[in-house]
Amino acid sequence: MNNATVTFEERRRALGFCIYCWLGLAALAVVIWASFAYLAIEPRRLFTAESRGYMAEFVRRFFPPDMSADFLQKIGKGALETLAISAVGTLLATAAGLALALPASGRFGGAAKALTRFFLNFLRSVPELVWAALMVLAAGLGPFAGTLALALHTSGVLGRLFAESLENAPTEPARALAESGAPAGLTFIYGTLPLITPQLIAYSLYRWEMNIRMATVLGFVGAGGLGQMLYYELSLLHEAQASTVIIAMLVLVVFVDAISARVRRAQMRAGG
Amino acid sequence: MALRDPDAAGRALWVAAALLVLWPLLHIAQFNPAELFDARNLKVMGGFVGQFFPPDLTGEFLQLVLKATVETLAMATAGTALAMLLAAPLGLVLSHSLSISRIGPGPGRGFGEALRALARVTLLVLRGIPEIVWALLLVRAFGLGPAAGVLAIAVTYGGMLGKVYSEILESGDTRPARALLESGSGRLMAFFYGLLPGASQELASYTVYRWECAVRASVIMGFVGAGGLGQLMDQSMKMLNGGEVSTILIMFLLLVLLADAISASIRKLLA
Repeated sequence: MNNATVTFEERRRALGFCIYCWLGLAALAVVIWASFAYLAIEPRRLFTAESRGYMAEFVRRFFPPDMSADFLQKIGKGALETLAISAVGTLLATAAGLALALPASGRFGGAAKALTRFFLNFLRSVPELVWAALMVLAAGLGPFAGTLALALHTSGVLGRLFAESLENAPTEPARALAESGAPAGLTFIYGTLPLITPQLIAYSLYRWEMNIRMATVLGFVGAGGLGQMLYYELSLLHEAQASTVIIAMLVLVVFVDAISARVRRAQMRAGG
Repeated sequence: MALRDPDAAGRALWVAAALLVLWPLLHIAQFNPAELFDARNLKVMGGFVGQFFPPDLTGEFLQLVLKATVETLAMATAGTALAMLLAAPLGLVLSHSLSISRIGPGPGRGFGEALRALARVTLLVLRGIPEIVWALLLVRAFGLGPAAGVLAIAVTYGGMLGKVYSEILESGDTRPARALLESGSGRLMAFFYGLLPGASQELASYTVYRWECAVRASVIMGFVGAGGLGQLMDQSMKMLNGGEVSTILIMFLLLVLLADAISASIRKLLA
C-alpha cells in the first residue's frame, strides 16, 4: 500500500468518524457480544474439526436428490397445491379486504372506522404461520387451513391498503352520480370502484407474490403444500427426498421473483 | 332499458373465465368451509379460544415468557451480526464499482467475472430458501435451541444483505472509488476511502431494517424448534392451553412494536 504518507488527521477526516459514531459502534459491539453470551453460543465451537466432520456428513446425506419420475410427480402435485393455496387465499383476502376497507375508509362513520382499523391491525400483526397453526385446529390438517391462514393475514394487509386507496380516490364522479339520483351502491360501483381498480389489482398481485413464498412453508404446521412434504420427508430421515423438495421451493421462489421483476420493469416502461 | 350497463356482457365474460380457472384451484386447495362448522372442530377451537380470556399472567409463566422474549431479541441481534459478516465480503466481491479489470482490458477479467457469478449464485441460494426451512434443517444438525435459529437468520439475511449491499455500493457516487482505483490503489482502500463514506449511512440503515425483520422471523422460527417465543407458543398450542397462547401473542405484538420503534429511531438518527 502506498498510503504511508497519509496523516492521521487526513485519515480521520476521510473516514468521517466522530465521537458519537465511536460510542455508537462500541454500544453495538456490547449488544452483539451480550446476545451471543446470553444464548451461550460460541461461534468458535461451530468450527472445530469434529463439528466440521459432522456437518459434512449431514450435508452429504442430502446428495444426490431423489429425481425419480415418481417422486417428481409428487413434487409437481405439492407445488400445484402451494400455488392453489396462495391463489385462493389471496383472492379471499381481496374480497374480505375490500369489504373491510369500506368501513375502514370512514364511509360508515368514525366509530365503525376506528373499530375496523383496529380489527385490520390485529389480522395483520398475527403472522401467517401462527394463523396457520390456529386454522389447523379449526379446519383440520391440510391445504384448506393454509388457505384460511393466508386469507386472514392478507385481509388485514389489503384492507388497510384498500382503505387508503378509497380515501385518496377522486370524489367527483361519485358525487355527480349521487347528485343525479343514483343509489349509494351503484354510485360506489360505477363512480369510485373503477378509479381504484388498477391499484387494487396491483396490491393484490404483489401480495400474491409474497403469499406464494409463504405458502411453501405453511406446511410445517400441517397446512399443506410443499412445506408439509418437506416436514414429512425430514421426519422420516429421507434426506434425498427432502433435498428435492428444497430444490423445488428454490425454483418456485426464483421463478416467481423473475416473473415479478419482469412485470414490474414492463410496467415501469409503460408508465413512462 | 335506460339503466343498462354497456359493458356488462364483457365483464360477465371475464368473471366466467376467472371462475373457470378458479374451480380447479378451489378443488386443489380442498376449499371446504363446511369443515369450519364440523362439530368436532368447533368444539376443539371453541374450547381453545374460550381460554384466551383471561391470559395466563401467573408469575412463573410470565418469567418464562420474558426469558423467551429476551432470547428472541438476542437471536435476531446475533443472527444479523453474523449475516453482516457473511454479507460484507460477498457484497464487496459482487460490486462492479470496485472492479479493477473493468477500468481497462486488464488481466484477470475472466477470473473476476467467474468469481462474481459464483458469489451471485451463492447469495441466490442463501436467500432463496426461506429462513424457516434453514432453521428446520439446522435444528437437525445442531439440535433444538437458539443456535439453529441464529444460524438460519445469518444464512438467509446474509444472502439478502449481500445483494443489497452490492446494489447500494453500485448505485451511489462511484467516481471517487474509480479515481482511486485508476491512480493505483487497492480495492479495499478504494472501498474504505472512495465508497464507504458516501454509502455508510444507507448500508447501516438497511441493516437496521433487516434486524427488525429478523426479530419477527426469530419468533416464527421457534415453531420448528429453534428457540425463542415461537417455541414456547408451539408448546402451548400443542397442549391447547389458550391462556398461555394469548399471553405469548400479546408479548409478541409488544415485541414487534418495540422492534419497530427501536429501528425507526435508529434510522432517524442515521438520516
